[in-house]
Amino acid sequence: MIGILDYGMGNLHSVASALKRLGVDGLVSSKQSHLEETDGLILPGVGAFKDAMNLLHADGHVEFIKDYAKRKPLLGICLGMQLLFNESEEHGLTEGLELLPGRVRRFPAGGYKVPHMGWNELIVYQPQAPLIKHLKADYAYFVHSYYVETEDKSLLIATADYGIEVPAIVGRGKVFGTQFHPEKSGEFGLNLLSHFCQLSERGVIYDAIYHLSRH
Amino acid sequence: MLTKRLIPCLDVKNGRVVKGIQFHNLRDSGDPVELAKQYDREGADELVFLDISAAHEGRTTMIEVVRSVAEQLSIPFTVGGGIQSLEDMKQILRAGADKVSLNSSAVSNPEIIEAGARYFGSQCIVVAIDAKYDPSANSFKVYTHGGSRKTNLDAVEWAKQAEAYGAGEILLTSMDCDGEKSGFNLTITKQISQAVSIPVIASGGAGCAEDFYRVFEEGQADAALAASIFHYKDTSIEQVKSFLKDKGVAVR
Repeated sequence: MIGILDYGMGNLHSVASALKRLGVDGLVSSKQSHLEETDGLILPGVGAFKDAMNLLHADGHVEFIKDYAKRKPLLGICLGMQLLFNESEEHGLTEGLELLPGRVRRFPAGGYKVPHMGWNELIVYQPQAPLIKHLKADYAYFVHSYYVETEDKSLLIATADYGIEVPAIVGRGKVFGTQFHPEKSGEFGLNLLSHFCQLSERGVIYDAIYHLSRH
Repeated sequence: MLTKRLIPCLDVKNGRVVKGIQFHNLRDSGDPVELAKQYDREGADELVFLDISAAHEGRTTMIEVVRSVAEQLSIPFTVGGGIQSLEDMKQILRAGADKVSLNSSAVSNPEIIEAGARYFGSQCIVVAIDAKYDPSANSFKVYTHGGSRKTNLDAVEWAKQAEAYGAGEILLTSMDCDGEKSGFNLTITKQISQAVSIPVIASGGAGCAEDFYRVFEEGQADAALAASIFHYKDTSIEQVKSFLKDKGVAVR
């Protein structure tokens, strides 16, 4: 079973629907005692970094997530991925979950349009990484105005080019993140979610199991 | 590289897709969920549902449609048509839509853009602008209520204001070109694309693959929306994308 942390932000509905389509048991909950029973945890998120951290602190979720990630797979999506890092510059410097090294910054003004919205091509650094192994990582759906800047390039599983190098899939140990929305990224996105679920529930990746039937 | 998006638009009335869309392999061509899935399979990058129900019952039905579509679709979708209040936006977004599109209500009460952006984030708020050329002013004016009411607003100025109020995207429809199938209006599309720093979706006038190429290259649009050209199988999303790829335009 895969948990989806409901902390008052984020499009829980679409992530839960995606799991349902994959035939995976999903548990949307704000109760740590229930989420403790899950095999893997998804941290969704749409909105502002500071608001999200305030909510996580208010409900005592920060320590819970940090502890969970030591033992079982954790996947942050969009803002959820940004929260995994040290800090963010959004609305004043705010401390994050500090599970991965890096800082969240706003896209520079005067360059490309902000938000970075739409389908961008993934540049894969680690094709053998469990989340994307066996998958054709082509395009993914992004919507964000802030991006992760990290010195530690070994975290980067895939990036996207938007004037600057945008970390798109990151991971270390049991901690993973996608800046894009896998639940909105077609067949590839669903397969990535499927991989996370397989990794969580069985510890190994068998194969891509979701196929959009082509006409 | 960020790709240009192709967005089919479906008109929904009382929970049913109208305008006789022709898909031979569908059991029920009026079912929004079936059509949405079909477009997803064909490579659509996003979908827009325009609720054209007149009565309140139709709107309630739309929420059910949104919920069903959200359960089945693996690409983003926007819902527009008759959204009047923050409460309307909440209902649609909580039912699973990714974005809402505001038109007449944003013109009469621009604060609704701000309220929506503050509550859900700018990325959820699309401002739809229906623009028509006014020869006497040599500029494009904004129309509301499905194009039936002319306002004094200049389309470019309104787009800039909408951005300032917190819109995350502009959906620009050229009323002069809509339904003509003779190409998008490149003039107003380019003017607005250059005036704002948020993405612009061009709409109205798509007749062939070349039209998409021109609106992306000359019109500088980030995305293009079309209805009948895809519905009536004049061309397919795959064909348009393949044409664009050959021309060097980045598409998914």
